[in-house]
Amino acid sequence: MKSRVPITVAVAALIFFGGYAALFIAPDERTMHEIQRIFYFHLGSWAAMFTALTIAFVANIAWLVTRQPRWDWLGVSSVELGVASCTSGLITGVLWGKPAWGIWWTWDARLTTCFILWLLYISYLILRGLIEEPQRRATLSAIFGIFAFLDAPLVYASNRLWRTQHPSPVLMGGKDAGLDPAMGRVLLVTVSAMTVLMLLILAERYRLEKLRHELDELRLAAEVRAAAPDSAAAKELS
Amino acid sequence: MKNFHFLFAAWMAVWAVFFVYELSVASRISKLRDDVESLKRQLKE
Repeated sequence: MKSRVPITVAVAALIFFGGYAALFIAPDERTMHEIQRIFYFHLGSWAAMFTALTIAFVANIAWLVTRQPRWDWLGVSSVELGVASCTSGLITGVLWGKPAWGIWWTWDARLTTCFILWLLYISYLILRGLIEEPQRRATLSAIFGIFAFLDAPLVYASNRLWRTQHPSPVLMGGKDAGLDPAMGRVLLVTVSAMTVLMLLILAERYRLEKLRHELDELRLAAEVRAAAPDSAAAKELS
Repeated sequence: MKNFHFLFAAWMAVWAVFFVYELSVASRISKLRDDVESLKRQLKE
């Protein structure tokens, strides 16, 4: 527990500095002015979400290949963090859309694919809650998770493939795209801060899943002991 | 600063989402840890 304190302090400092840099250091954008500063948290949320969902995708495949419970624990933990980051990205998007476009929401390709991605992973979490048997739950949710991840590249490519209300990409968006170097540095800090924060909470969430597994094993031991107190299996489990 | 309230709301929303989520994880861990300890005690008796 003590070993986590320096990491937590370092992440808190990075988050504080990221927030300060986004609000006070980043240069003012010519057309949108201060409201453009939402960009730093908005993109930070999406970076954290893509990182979490990529980890979940890898964990889902690893579960199907190895059947080791730790991959299932990592899968569900990453999906929860992905949903939290996606929620943050959607809220910041809506709060940026109103002053910038005059509307809270529009069903263009980028926003719609994002919303579908959010719904897919909410469904993943609901699906897990409906299946009692752990092996079956892990397998079905891993298959569903892999299917859900197919929407992630579509979200990324949507404003490159179709004309959208959402602006064209500023990073890796072709010859007309680009970002002021000072803005780029602030963006790097905020994206790093939010991604590292997400990874820190992911480690906690993974610990929760490990504890849940330990509790299930103890419950099984208690049941076996209650059914046959002197059996070898009961002694072995306890 | 006419749109400051949108910027402030977005800033608060981002940290609220992560803070509430972290609180929920911490409270679930604490409850599970109590359950694990209590079951371990029962099994030792």
